[in-house]
Amino acid sequence: MNDMSPNKAEREAKLEGMGCKRKRVEDARFTQGKGNYVDDIKLPGMLFGDFVRSPYAHARIKGINIKKAMKVPGVLAVLTSTELKGVNLAWMPTLAGDVQMVLADGKVLFQNQEVAFVVATDRYAAADGVEAVEVDYEALPVLVDPFKAMVKGAPLLREDIKDKTEGAHGKRKHYNHIFEWTVGDKDLTDAAFRKADVTIKELISYHRTHPSPLETCQAVASFDKIKGELTVWGTFQAPHVIRTVASLISTIPEHKIHVISPDVGGGFGNKVGAYPGYICAIVASIVTGKPVKWVEDRIENLTATSFARDYHMTAEIAATKEGKVQGLRVHVLADHGAFDACADPSKWPAGFFNIVTGSYDFPVAHVAVDGVYTNKAPGGVAYRCSFRVTEAAYCIERAMDILAQKLKMDPAELRMKNFIRREQFPYQSALGWEYDSGDYHTAMKQAMEKIDYQGLRAEQKRRQADFKAGKTREIMGIGVSFFTEIVGAGPSKNCDILGIAMFDSCEIRVHPTGSAIARVGTKSTGQGHETTWAQIIATEMGIPSADVMVEEGNTDTAPYGLGTYGSRSTPVAGAAIAMAARKIKAKAQMIAAYMLEVHEDDLQFDIDGFRVKGLPEKFKSMKEIAWAAYHSVPPGMEPGLEAVSYYDPPNMTYPFGAYFCVMDIDVDTGVYKIKRFYALDDCGTRINPMIIEGQVHGGLTEAFAIAMGQEIRYDAGGNVLTGSFMDFFMPTAVETPHWETDHTVTPSPHHPIGAKGVGESPNVGGVPAFSNAVNDAFGFLGSTHIQMPHDYWRNWEAAKSLGLVK
Amino acid sequence: MSKVHVKLKINGQEMEGLCEPRTLLVHFLRENLSLTGTHIGCETTHCGACTVDLNGKSVKSCTMLAVQAQGANVITIEGMANADGTMGALQEGFRQMHGLQCGYCTPGMIVRAHRLLQENPNPTEEEIRFGIAGNLCRCTGYQNIVKAIQHAAAKLRGEEFLEAAE
Repeated sequence: MNDMSPNKAEREAKLEGMGCKRKRVEDARFTQGKGNYVDDIKLPGMLFGDFVRSPYAHARIKGINIKKAMKVPGVLAVLTSTELKGVNLAWMPTLAGDVQMVLADGKVLFQNQEVAFVVATDRYAAADGVEAVEVDYEALPVLVDPFKAMVKGAPLLREDIKDKTEGAHGKRKHYNHIFEWTVGDKDLTDAAFRKADVTIKELISYHRTHPSPLETCQAVASFDKIKGELTVWGTFQAPHVIRTVASLISTIPEHKIHVISPDVGGGFGNKVGAYPGYICAIVASIVTGKPVKWVEDRIENLTATSFARDYHMTAEIAATKEGKVQGLRVHVLADHGAFDACADPSKWPAGFFNIVTGSYDFPVAHVAVDGVYTNKAPGGVAYRCSFRVTEAAYCIERAMDILAQKLKMDPAELRMKNFIRREQFPYQSALGWEYDSGDYHTAMKQAMEKIDYQGLRAEQKRRQADFKAGKTREIMGIGVSFFTEIVGAGPSKNCDILGIAMFDSCEIRVHPTGSAIARVGTKSTGQGHETTWAQIIATEMGIPSADVMVEEGNTDTAPYGLGTYGSRSTPVAGAAIAMAARKIKAKAQMIAAYMLEVHEDDLQFDIDGFRVKGLPEKFKSMKEIAWAAYHSVPPGMEPGLEAVSYYDPPNMTYPFGAYFCVMDIDVDTGVYKIKRFYALDDCGTRINPMIIEGQVHGGLTEAFAIAMGQEIRYDAGGNVLTGSFMDFFMPTAVETPHWETDHTVTPSPHHPIGAKGVGESPNVGGVPAFSNAVNDAFGFLGSTHIQMPHDYWRNWEAAKSLGLVK
Repeated sequence: MSKVHVKLKINGQEMEGLCEPRTLLVHFLRENLSLTGTHIGCETTHCGACTVDLNGKSVKSCTMLAVQAQGANVITIEGMANADGTMGALQEGFRQMHGLQCGYCTPGMIVRAHRLLQENPNPTEEEIRFGIAGNLCRCTGYQNIVKAIQHAAAKLRGEEFLEAAE
């Protein structure tokens, strides 16, 4: 092919490597109904398990009678905590260092808590069995309000640890207290506040919500008694971690546990943790000797597995009268529900909340987080964000707006004045992070020009005058948000899950005919890894992405990885993929040198092969080299062409972006209209722009939902009021705004391909943009801060409280 | 519980099975007939993942009994390909316009869009958004789904769709 080789552009196009809008390989099966999700799995003799759940938020269990249930046709077994105690599994460890009941042991601590597990021949018989189980409850006083958790005489929730004064993260101050986590210099921060010209203080709450992927959590467990092997198919974002946890809490050695995540119908953090359903399906399979399927219904998903947020943040900023920030102080009251089952890296009980200084150059800061128990479902997962990063971004972005209002300064101008400057990177934040790269001023300027920010402000001024003159009942808000994320957990020096460092991995095997298979430790739940991982390989080692098959989710074949969440796939596994490809490229170079009879230093890589420097006609394609790797390697070299890389990132990555939301609100009805939403993202090197934009659209839609209505609400008795999609806001195509996207590119200096990750940015940056728009709309009427979510009713309430509505 | 013999036409083929009278149509399709392309997302008629086409109407199969579909003419995602086995216009539109991510809502979305285009071959963006409001998607934010349906509509009308996925 040497002299006949097509031109450079054609060869590059043929690779479909990084930067190309490659169409997704996954789509052929998904568009034809040929995906393979957990509930699609059908095994011979498979049984079905279903839960008896508590109607009470807090109650003692005086007895469970399963006699009637056992007579129901099709019911084969009913597990309660008594049976689970026999295998030491009535309780399980959580990722946060706490323990959690698998099935209620003596009492229940939240509504819809798992009480018994009925195993039957099919899902209908299991439901009949659930109906027939009789549980005798004695109601106990209920604790719903986290602000009342640590008062004297508050109901005692966790009797199992009532005398423990030390938790997994230090001292406990009260029997409903979980931990206090502090970071930053308190003395210096307090001093900054004493000297400040201007200070603001506001309680900024980020309400409880839920990731609710369209597919709920589910599993099929199959225990082979003869071989002593357990196979579990499940909706797992982190299958290897599930395998290790399963081995640690059972007596089954890890090599005899096969965990498989097939196609997963969305995750958004919901599918990181281990849930009672998984454990019960496994135990039931061991007990019955048959495969057992467990599939959560939507009500169970919303009420029992993995809420997100519920952070009550009191934020204070100290500043000069010119608007230069001098100090940040934040106290967080974190409602963790009945068990501390937050899915954070083990040493981080409040996740990476200490990114709360955001994009601004705060000389000093201090953060304290108190976690408390309440009679609500456990969870605290990172719903489409890195650990507690959306809470932190919301906190600082709302607080900056409140400061701007107090200073009578434009919120965009205040941000520009306080941004970390490009030359300050790598930037050491007051709360301990080293930001890798950024160019905030350029991004903000580009965004402001694109949306005509000055024009919008002028329009707003006119309309405010019209409103005051009684000419209109609509108010206009412009929401500004400039976020910095911290993603890609993470470096082994500070990130682990149950002691396992948070590296990720890739194994690539090049076949003799020049195609390849890549196996990766992550697990796509819609991100399109089968498409994008191949693009990295294509560019790195010159094999067309169409010739690379990507496989994830099978713990028997994939190298150990920590999974997909916290936007870690590209920063960590993406790096492992590039490094594995480079190992192969290095070996290919030696083989090419042997084939071309030159020294390997005389070769240069050229798109899809190696060329002799100065002799362009002497060229060996990767396809030719692959063949040679299996039949004529240099003397002494091992045959074959494959590599494995385990990548321990030296730092996190710090994607950022500038988002603007323009909104009109009718004060008489509270009805809002999103007029424009513009999102500029900088995620470093862009692997597949089509997939990036798609993820931004999706993340913005989730942000829109959260900010404008999506909430898990409880009444005073601990009853969940939002247990279905009727009450839990899920935007349809009608409400969802049109999204305008844009980008700048500031590569990460420490990442092999400079990529930072993007999937969660829109959620992190989007929520404050919406909320700031609502607050900006009401701001000129005397309001400082209105709590989320901003649904029509709350907007109307806000208008009423400002005296705008009679 | 005694079982009922249910016979219906699915994707042009006569199919039958025995099920309890209380069996939901979606379970009958997925478990009795192994047509697992139709998904379950909420079991309360909100999300539309279970949408099938029944006697010329979009129906959420999680809220209908299999016995109610006795003798019906049903189209599921498995019947959306062209007669020669290549991807149908909607399937191709979703791929070209990046109208899907995790793929879980996609079968219901495509089957719903099929009926929408039967009723309105040249819908506006607003009509598409209203027309698919019974189908939830958590991944895409709908923008590219709208484009995917426009792409398919253009193709079915014999026109070229010039816009790219956003």
